[in-house]
Amino acid sequence: MSGRWEVVIGLEIHTQLATKSKIFSGAATAYGAAPNTQACLVDLGYPGTLPVLNREVVRMAAMFGLAVNATVAPRSVFARKNYFYPDLPKGYQISQYELPIVAGGELYIAGDDGERKRIGITRAHLEEDAGKSIHEGFDRQSGIDLNRAGTPLLEIVSEPDLRSAREAVAYMRKIHSIVRYLGISDGNMQEGSFRCDANVSVRPRGQEKLGTRAELKNLNSFRFVERAINFEIERQIDVLEDGGEVVQETRLYDADRDETRSMRSKEEANDYRYFPDPDLLPVEIDAAWVDELRATLPELPDAKRERFVAQYDVKPDDAEILTASRALADYYEAAVAASSGAPQAVGNWVIGELTGALNRDGLDIAESKVSAEQLAGLVDRIADNTISGKIAKEVFDAMWAGEGSADEVIAARGLKQITDTSAIEAIVDKVIAANPGQVAEYRAGKDKLIGFFVGQVMKETQGKANPGVVNKMLKAKLAG
Amino acid sequence: MTALHDMTLSGLKAGLDTGDFTAVELVSALLGRIEGLDPQLNAFITVLGESALADAARADELRARGEAGPLCGLPIVHKDIFCMRDVRTTCGSRMLENFVSPYDATIVERLTGAGAVVLGKTNMDEFAMGSSNETSFFGPVKNPWDTARSPGGSSGGSAAAVAARLAPAATATDTGGSIRQPAALTGTVGIKPTYGRVSRYGMIAFASSLDQAGVITRSAEDAARLLGAMSGFDERDSTSIDHPVPDYVGELDASLDGLRIGIVRQHFDAGLDAGCAQAVRDALAVLEQRGAVLTEVDLPNLDYCVPTYYVVAPAECSSNLSRFDGVRFGYRAENPEDLLDLYCRSRGEGFGAEVKRRIMTGTYVLSAGYYDAYYLQAQKVRQLISEDFRRAFADVDLIAGPTTPTPAFKLGDKTDDPITMYLNDIYTIGANLAGLPALSAPCGMVDELPVGLHLVGPHWSEGRLLAATHQYQQDTAWHEAAPEAFR
Amino acid sequence: MSLDNEQVQHIALLARLRLADDEFGETVEKLSRIVDFVDQLAAAPTDGVVPMAHPLNAVQRLRPDAVTEPDDRDHLQQNAADVSDGLYLVPKVIE
Repeated sequence: MSGRWEVVIGLEIHTQLATKSKIFSGAATAYGAAPNTQACLVDLGYPGTLPVLNREVVRMAAMFGLAVNATVAPRSVFARKNYFYPDLPKGYQISQYELPIVAGGELYIAGDDGERKRIGITRAHLEEDAGKSIHEGFDRQSGIDLNRAGTPLLEIVSEPDLRSAREAVAYMRKIHSIVRYLGISDGNMQEGSFRCDANVSVRPRGQEKLGTRAELKNLNSFRFVERAINFEIERQIDVLEDGGEVVQETRLYDADRDETRSMRSKEEANDYRYFPDPDLLPVEIDAAWVDELRATLPELPDAKRERFVAQYDVKPDDAEILTASRALADYYEAAVAASSGAPQAVGNWVIGELTGALNRDGLDIAESKVSAEQLAGLVDRIADNTISGKIAKEVFDAMWAGEGSADEVIAARGLKQITDTSAIEAIVDKVIAANPGQVAEYRAGKDKLIGFFVGQVMKETQGKANPGVVNKMLKAKLAG
Repeated sequence: MTALHDMTLSGLKAGLDTGDFTAVELVSALLGRIEGLDPQLNAFITVLGESALADAARADELRARGEAGPLCGLPIVHKDIFCMRDVRTTCGSRMLENFVSPYDATIVERLTGAGAVVLGKTNMDEFAMGSSNETSFFGPVKNPWDTARSPGGSSGGSAAAVAARLAPAATATDTGGSIRQPAALTGTVGIKPTYGRVSRYGMIAFASSLDQAGVITRSAEDAARLLGAMSGFDERDSTSIDHPVPDYVGELDASLDGLRIGIVRQHFDAGLDAGCAQAVRDALAVLEQRGAVLTEVDLPNLDYCVPTYYVVAPAECSSNLSRFDGVRFGYRAENPEDLLDLYCRSRGEGFGAEVKRRIMTGTYVLSAGYYDAYYLQAQKVRQLISEDFRRAFADVDLIAGPTTPTPAFKLGDKTDDPITMYLNDIYTIGANLAGLPALSAPCGMVDELPVGLHLVGPHWSEGRLLAATHQYQQDTAWHEAAPEAFR
Repeated sequence: MSLDNEQVQHIALLARLRLADDEFGETVEKLSRIVDFVDQLAAAPTDGVVPMAHPLNAVQRLRPDAVTEPDDRDHLQQNAADVSDGLYLVPKVIE
């Protein structure tokens, strides 16, 4: 990328709030129901129906505001955004315009220069989601499913403080982590509960005035966000360097071709004719409730990460992984609490074998087949030399397969490490006697053959001999 | 003995209770009248003959078992703006010509729950937009006092049905005067309560911040009875207020001694028909006999009422009516070329001219560049008008005046110029803008056409308005007059 | 202030209303009269006045987060003109 140009990016993230019922009606919000079985009279915009606000939605929005150091508005107003589209039953979307529920906020990411960087959050507001259009399977028609209509959304708008696709993804990951930590959204991008639009523009470095921006829509994975933004940056720079002008428009990312494409514009320039919704009254949140909510804030990702480094002495990178989700962090801490060994060792096992097994089987930490206490037990048995690290992997696999706790597996499979020196000595002697050629070569200077001898002893003992003891003994005896 | 159709709800209740007649007999009699006389009026869009008789039979059973609710067996009609489950609900429009509502409006539930029997759904100006009941897709309603004249609107059907004794009482809605103005022009009592008093759930929305459900009856006592059964907080309506419902019937005889009545000087100007002005003055004299004291009050921003209304109401309705697109319910244009065509033709063909005009007015005043000058400005003026009333009510208990500038006008008279029609609401609109309770009661005749007295009170003063009217009706007989052809 | 034909076309499109050719002229005229009429609001003394949100200054009630509406699809779709497999059908939407 040319140093001549500066990139300016702002992200608008729509996250579905994990309530049981919709923002303005008592219909269910569960994903995957048969079409239009979760769209009640109010959701369908039947004449005479009216919206009533879900308390939990307000609580969740307020929690988000507190988590990003924003102001939770003591008074906010719902406004109608008027436009016609088949997935919008009332012909307007109930949203918030001039007075959103959350205003001003911030979070921190690692900037492109490696330094801690503040990213401003302009606002977050509540609105209702629209339904879905299905285009396949109908001849010259589209099918409309309104199950999703009325699902609560929190739209989070960043300041245009991001300067690269990398920073944009870091910010997006941070928001993703926060909403999941708070338990206000499952952040499931495949199911559409976490969506991102990016506003991207470029300007000559040093210029204050912003360049014309393009809006990239519905980027539903971290990878796509990064690719789409990078493509768009290149595209805009090419246009400008050729002497052209960037058109203000909406563009869709095509993952197959890795490019952004202009969306066919929706006829008229959008005049949404916002006005306060007269069916809803101003939402008032008093300071007492905000204080109550603040007291229920969980430890957030950044704070937890820093505490892990300080308290458990894990490396910052490892702490980052361990705190990626609240569930994983809780698992780790439970394992540490149950273990008498070093937290770093527990951390290595969580980051290594456990995560490997979860990914392989496509499981969430909540579905782990080895509990935190069980993992702790395993790590302890390595620490107390009952088994070697290598055997431990076998034990882990057996535990994952449901064979029981570490102790149970070790006992059942007879994997207890042999530490009895006389027993080991007997086998070492046997191996030395059986391999005179290699003994001679070793004594002649081929030090690397120690590996061979260790291997032979381990083979004889089915891996159960304590490698440290074996190594020491072999060296002593081979020294002659 | 008074004919069944001439009895008030209170009289009918007494008759049913003492067994003078059954609900089935009563309902049959009224259904017969409707069949015979409604063709002259066109007050009904749907008559619910079968179900009404079945409900009447059930009411008789309940009464016999001693389980009669407060309105058990009493016949009413609903303005066709209220959704009724499994019944055609048209809102006077081609858009909903064949719409069968899957649910009941809250007020329908409550009145049926109290035992009322619904005879049918009454005709109305399309989507409640109009002051003459001439915009209905189902044809205009005629005034029983002179069938060449309008009964007023938008609740013209409800008012005509009650005035012609086809039903003793009707529900109706009022956004700018749509209960009170037709009540005045048909010689009936019409009350619009405080905004938030009665649930709007199931009432097809015109202008959300102005609409209120109310009743049209022949006496204040009947209005008190029905209003009491309809009122009260509804959790399904966010704009509904949790304010206790008083015993309106019990409060009807509260003393009027010392009641301070405000007269707005500007009301009695050149625009008001002289006969109407006199009838209103005579009515006020009667109230003075009961101890009321008249004072002059000033509402400085009165002249802004009508233009304010004609910004706010169209703006809200332009948005409220966007849901009518032919996709999930309602009129759908045939063989649409594309989506745009589906929308434009379904709405273009489904809505009448006045509705389209108001939608476009509303779209315009909300559009980019105009929002501040029109909608925002109108909402500020609304605040000014509310303040005017608040200040006036510091000195008086209620404000009285004429309901309409003239008695009933001829059908077709005002359809050329929208503004002339709009100015019909000049006395009534202020109450909607400020959310105040108001009613109209018959107080005289001009050229054998009824004249209405308009009363407005502070928030939650419905009881006092009804009491003043009830006692006025004990001293006068205007409310008992019936149009000749319908006696 | 009168409205011209173009403005009325634009408004009609925003509102998704097809006006018949013979309706159009009358609509322009009547809308212009209405707009002229409401223009008088500009003279109202509204400096420093807060726009009205609700006539009684009430605030929004919050309801508990509970599923209260069961599936009623078949009943509700009885009013729809064009439905297939539970989906509402419209002319193809091009994105």
